[in-house]
Amino acid sequence: MTVFVAVQTDDFCQASEYDELRRNAGCGAIVTFCGLVRDLQSTTLSGMTLEHYPGMTEKALKDIAYKAKSRWELGAVHIIHRVGYLKPNAQIVFVGVASAHRAAAFSACEFIMDYLKNQAPFWKKEHTTEAEYWVASKDSDKVALARWEH
Amino acid sequence: MIKVLFFAALRERLHCDQYTAHCATPTTVESLLLHLQQHNEQWQQALSGTELLCAINQTMVSHSAEVVAGDEVAFFPPVTGG
Repeated sequence: MTVFVAVQTDDFCQASEYDELRRNAGCGAIVTFCGLVRDLQSTTLSGMTLEHYPGMTEKALKDIAYKAKSRWELGAVHIIHRVGYLKPNAQIVFVGVASAHRAAAFSACEFIMDYLKNQAPFWKKEHTTEAEYWVASKDSDKVALARWEH
Repeated sequence: MIKVLFFAALRERLHCDQYTAHCATPTTVESLLLHLQQHNEQWQQALSGTELLCAINQTMVSHSAEVVAGDEVAFFPPVTGG
């Protein structure tokens, strides 16, 4: 399986990632997910800063990709996560999974996002026109993770 | 000697991103936290939260995990990426 992981300030191109995933021999299905900056609590969001733990982030993302591989037959996994200052509507995260069959690709993509949300060391700080605050973790993310732990 | 790192809201509350702890080893994450809490009142409060996550050498661990000299130990709030 090909695993590609990147943590970067630069934006990414979903089409290029998709083309890379398509090169995978025997791949019959590709599922991709893209997370964007959205306004969570107010209409005055000016942007957000993504902090991370350099070194551990890359390691955690690779671990998550291989964890997915141990559950489904996957041809390739690409995970890209941006850090630094991002404006509303900017792309934050990309997950792309190539597999022989769609069921595995759908499940693995969700699995990777659920683990990333709970275990990869990234933190969001939102900036509004009035203030800045750290985003609190959500119980719904923990619930989403729990469904895979059986 | 243990290299201790702090991230995000915790880093801001402590006004510190990196600290060298000189405590007896081997120890546990729990004991290391108690040692760090003695630094001052601000640290005492910020490092006593039950939600605090910990990683040793960049792998997430529980607070009962063992810490040895030379380890890189990181403390941080629950993660919010994605």
